[in-house]
Amino acid sequence: MNFGIMINEGPYNHQASDTAYLFAKAAIEKGHKVDRVFFYHDGVYNATKLTQPPQDDRHIVNRWKNLATEHGVDLVVCVAAAMRRGIVDDNLSPGFRISGLGQLVESGIQSDRLVVFGD
Amino acid sequence: MTEATGGIEMDEDSSGTIKKFMFVNRKAPYGTIYALESLEVVLISAAFDQDVSLAFIDDGVYQLKKGQATKAIDMKNFSPTYRALEGYDIEKLYVEKESMDERGLSEEDLIVDVQVMSRAEMADMMDEQDVVLSF
Repeated sequence: MNFGIMINEGPYNHQASDTAYLFAKAAIEKGHKVDRVFFYHDGVYNATKLTQPPQDDRHIVNRWKNLATEHGVDLVVCVAAAMRRGIVDDNLSPGFRISGLGQLVESGIQSDRLVVFGD
Repeated sequence: MTEATGGIEMDEDSSGTIKKFMFVNRKAPYGTIYALESLEVVLISAAFDQDVSLAFIDDGVYQLKKGQATKAIDMKNFSPTYRALEGYDIEKLYVEKESMDERGLSEEDLIVDVQVMSRAEMADMMDEQDVVLSF
């Protein structure tokens, strides 16, 4: 199955991004595809390269980045939500790209399931 | 990037398929940004010629409340946008009766024409969808 994923909450503050990551990883391990992860609302904070968690904690941003590198997952950050919150190309982590909400709608059309993680 | 389609160049791949999209609005219009940013996705989705509907449940029913006065909280009153949806061919607005009843609201309190349905009917409606986006 081909999954699209939407994440609506910021990292560390909320479990949405963690659960979405574990879901994506498990799906890929089972032989499914995750074509795109779309970050919206405070979810755009999952994409800043300025994130520096304590060393004994998980690095949520790098975890997504590595998933993108290893499995070709398209990590898309909503431009309107990002600009509101000060996420721009200058502080965007590698592995992510900034684009429009059309990418989310397209993901809904093209994937077999769009799974939303949020509050 | 094309503004109307939110960064998508329309091509054969995405223009052929029509899916049933439902946007489920569960939160009050102010206090969090979910309602406003949900509306932004709804407007973009209109450019994709999909079968779009909006559901209003829980505190989401307040989004359609008449007479929103937001000046004192320094927020833009975006409720007129719900009236403009018709111009985007988005005409399926479903409101859950139980959610309205629980909040002392009736259809006359809403700024747009909607279809009121029971919780059970709403569940059936959700079951029919291809894509459900919950805000």
